[in-house]
Amino acid sequence: MMNKPISRRSFLKITGLTIAVSATPFGYNVINASAQKEGSFKPNVWFEITPNNRITMTMGPSEMGQGTHTALGMVIADELEADWKQVKIMQGPASEAFKNPAMGDQITVASSSVRGFYDPLRKAGAAGRAMLVTTAAQTWKVPEEECTAFNGTVKHKKSNRSLTYGQLCLKAAKLQIPKEPRLKNESEFRYIGKPVPRVDIPEKVSGKAIFGLDVKVPDMLYGVIARPPAYGAKPVSFDQKAAEGVKGVRNVVPTPMGVIVCAETLDAAWKGRNALKVQWDKGTLPQMDNNFIEKTFMEDLDKPGSVAAKVGDAQKALGEAQKKIEATYFVPFVAHTTMEPMNCTAHVQKDRCDVWVPTQAQLVSRMLAAQFAELPPEKVQIHTTLLGCGLGRRAAPDFVIEAVVASKVSGKPVKLVWTREEDIKYDFFRAATCQRIQAGLDSQGRLTGWSHKAIAGSIMKDIDPKGIINGVDIMSLWGLLDFPNAPTNNRIMYEIPNFYVEFLLSNLPIPVAPWRAVQNGPNAFVIECFVDEAAHAAGKDPLEFRLQHLKNNMRPRRVLETVAEKAGWGKPIAKGQGRGIAQHCCFGSYVAQVAEVSVNQGNGGVKVNRIVAAVDCGPFVNPDTIKAQIEGGIIEALSTTLKEEVMFANGGVKSENFDDYKIIRMSEIPEIEIHIVKSKEAIGGIGEPGVPPLAPAVANAVFNATGARIRRIPLTPQTVLAAIQKK
Amino acid sequence: MISLNVNGKNYKVDVSDDVPLLWVLRDYLKLTGTKFGCGIGECGACTVHINGKAERSCTIPVGKAQGKKITTIEGLPENHPVKKAWIKEQVVQCGYCQPGIMMQVAALISSKPKPSADQVINAMDDVICRCGTHPRIKRGIKAAVEFMRKEG
Repeated sequence: MMNKPISRRSFLKITGLTIAVSATPFGYNVINASAQKEGSFKPNVWFEITPNNRITMTMGPSEMGQGTHTALGMVIADELEADWKQVKIMQGPASEAFKNPAMGDQITVASSSVRGFYDPLRKAGAAGRAMLVTTAAQTWKVPEEECTAFNGTVKHKKSNRSLTYGQLCLKAAKLQIPKEPRLKNESEFRYIGKPVPRVDIPEKVSGKAIFGLDVKVPDMLYGVIARPPAYGAKPVSFDQKAAEGVKGVRNVVPTPMGVIVCAETLDAAWKGRNALKVQWDKGTLPQMDNNFIEKTFMEDLDKPGSVAAKVGDAQKALGEAQKKIEATYFVPFVAHTTMEPMNCTAHVQKDRCDVWVPTQAQLVSRMLAAQFAELPPEKVQIHTTLLGCGLGRRAAPDFVIEAVVASKVSGKPVKLVWTREEDIKYDFFRAATCQRIQAGLDSQGRLTGWSHKAIAGSIMKDIDPKGIINGVDIMSLWGLLDFPNAPTNNRIMYEIPNFYVEFLLSNLPIPVAPWRAVQNGPNAFVIECFVDEAAHAAGKDPLEFRLQHLKNNMRPRRVLETVAEKAGWGKPIAKGQGRGIAQHCCFGSYVAQVAEVSVNQGNGGVKVNRIVAAVDCGPFVNPDTIKAQIEGGIIEALSTTLKEEVMFANGGVKSENFDDYKIIRMSEIPEIEIHIVKSKEAIGGIGEPGVPPLAPAVANAVFNATGARIRRIPLTPQTVLAAIQKK
Repeated sequence: MISLNVNGKNYKVDVSDDVPLLWVLRDYLKLTGTKFGCGIGECGACTVHINGKAERSCTIPVGKAQGKKITTIEGLPENHPVKKAWIKEQVVQCGYCQPGIMMQVAALISSKPKPSADQVINAMDDVICRCGTHPRIKRGIKAAVEFMRKEG
C-alpha cells in the first residue's frame, strides 16, 4: 500500500493562498474571432450554427435549478431569431471567456447570470442574425432590407425564396461581425418575456440527469475523510493499520483537513474510516455552544466597532427626537443543506487533471485544482455537472481541493463523497448576526435618525480579505449598506436624514459564507421588523409608514402598493390571525411581501397561511422561472424563519442530519401568490430577492396577531410563547 | 452473491448483505436516478418501490431486498402520469430530490387514485425539497391524477 504523504507545510502553503475572485469589471466582447471554427458558424463562445441546421449554445454559468441555461438560451435565440426546436444548450468548461460581466468571474452567485449576460447575449444573437441576413441577401443578390430572418430561416418575400440558418452558416462565418447590430424592439420578442419550458427538466424527470454524485470514471476509487469534531481539533491518535486492514481500502492518508480513506467501494471507505477510531484533541474553543455564542454576540454589541456609514448626525437627531425607540435582534447560524451533499471527482495524472464537480465557481475550482495537482491551470479540465442545488455553498472550493488531494495520493481517479452529517457539520453557514438599533421620530411620526450597530462574522475573509475595509465587511452588511454606486442596491431604501452604522467582526471560529441572498436575509429581518416597531411607535399603519419614507423611491413604493392591493391589506382578519408586510431590494430587484398567519396563543405555534409577493426585476426573460424562483426563495426563507438553527456543543457543530436539523415540509407550506410588476428599469437578479422580505413579513404578522414583538428567528413555539407571556 | 430484481431485470451482485440497497442500485447497477440525501430515511431522495410500496432505499440492507420486486425512477415508464405531469407543471428546480419525490407520488396515486388534500400532504410530508418546489408538487400531483383518470 503506497501512500504519498502530503507535508503539512506544503499543504498550508497552498491553502494559505487567498481564494480570491477578481472584482475587476470585465469588458465583454461579442467579437470573439478566436471562437470561430472550421465547418461551422461560431461568432462567439456562446453559440455555434452547423450545416445540419442545429444551433448549439454553450453557457458559462452553472445550472442548479434556477433555470439559467434556459433563460440565457432564450435571450440568444430571440435576438438570433432561432427556432427554439433547433437549439441545444450545453454547460461550458472553465474558461476566462465565460466570465460574467457583472462579476468579473465565471461564478454563479449574486443572482447575476441573467442580469450580467442579458445585454452581451442580446448583442451576440443580434450580430449573428445580421450576418445570416447579409449572407442571404448576397446569395440572392437582393437588397438586405428586403430580407427578413424568421424562426431559423432568412426569407425573401418578393421572390418567395428562403434559406435555413444551416444552409447559410458557412458563408456567414466568413463575414465581419458587426459591432453594433440592431437589437429587436420589445414588441418583436418571441421568447423573452414568455413562459418557455426549461430545457433541463425532461432529463431530470427521467432520472438520467447527471449530478456530481452520479459521475462514473473507469477504475475510480471512493474517498472519504475523517474530520475533526470541534473547530481547530487535531488528531491525537488513530489506528491506520486497522483502517488499512478493511477489505477494499487502498489508501489511508493523514492530511491537515483530516484523514483521507480511499477504497474500492463507498461502503469499504466508510468502514475503513470507522476503523480509524480517531482520537481528537478539544480544539480551539471547547466551551462553545449556542448559549456561549449568543452571549458572545451580545457582549460584542457593547464593544467599539468601525464606522460603516455616517450621514448627518444620528446622535444629535436621537437627542432631539420626540420619541426614541431601541431594540436588539439576533439571527442564528443556518446551514445550506443542499439536497445533494458536497462531492467532487478528480483524476490527477502526470500531465493533466480532470475534475467533475457540481460547482458554482469554475475558475476558482480550476485555479485550486491546478495548485494541488501541481499542474498549470491550462492542464486542468473542469467538467461542471448539474448541481443538486447550490445556495452559495457550491461557490466554495473545499471539496475540489479534497478530491484532487485524494486522487494525487492514491494515483487513481477518486470520487470524494460527503455524508449528510459532514455536509451539515462542515458547512460554511449563513452568518449569525446580533444588531442593536436606535431610532428617533419627530412629532409627525417621521424617522429623523437611525443608529445601527451590527456584529457578524466575516463573509469576505475566505473569499478576498481585501474586501474588509477598515474593519468593515460590506457583504456582512448587505441589505443595510452596499458598495458605493453598486447597481445591486443591497441597501436600505428608506429616506432617513441622519443615519449611522457601526460594525464589528465577530471572531468566533465558525466559518460563514454566502447563503441564498447572503446577509440581505438576516439584515432585512432586522431592518423591516424594526421599521414595523417604528411605525407602531409613530401610531401609523405599517404600509403607510413605509410609503411615507419612500417618497423618492418609486420601485419599492410600487411593489409595496401592489402587494398591499393584491393581499387585501387593511381588510379585516379573523381573531388569532395577523397580517405583516415587508419589502427589500437586493441584486437590483425589488420585492415586497404580505404574510398572513395564525398564532396559537396557548402553545406559541405559528401557521403561515398565505404569502403574497410583488416583484420588480426590470425586464424579465422567463416569467415562469421568476415565479418558481420567488416561490422557492419564500419557502426556503420560511424554513429558516420557523425552524432552522444550527446547534453547537463542545466547540463544534452538534446538528447532524435532517432528524435534528429540520427543514420545512409540505404541511407547513402556505398558499403563495406572485405578482410581477412590469418596469423598464435596469434588469435585476431573481434567484435570491424572494428570500429577504419573508422573515420580517411573518414576524410582523405574528406581532399583528398577538401584540408580541419577536426579535429573533426561528419563530419556534417556545420563542413565540415566551414573547406572548412576556408581553 | 445477492440476487435482485430491479425494473423487471434479474441481477446477481457480489456485495455484502448489509450494504444499503441505495448504494447497490447506484454504484453496482449504475442506476443513479435514485439519490443519496441523508442516509437515515428522513428526506426521501432515495425512494424506490419495493413490491409496489414507496420505501427508503438508504436504510434497507440489500440482503432484505432479495426476492422482492424493486422499481426505480428509471423503471417508471417515460409516459407515466407522474413523469408527464412533472414536465407539464414544470415542477422541478435543481431536480436532485425529484426522482424520490416522483416515486413517492407514483406509489400514492397508485394506491389512492383520487387522493384528498390531507392524504397528499400526509404522503408528501415524508420527503424534503430544499428548492421549495412544494406548490408545484401539489399541482403536479393534480395533473398526474388527471392524466391517470383520462388513461383509465
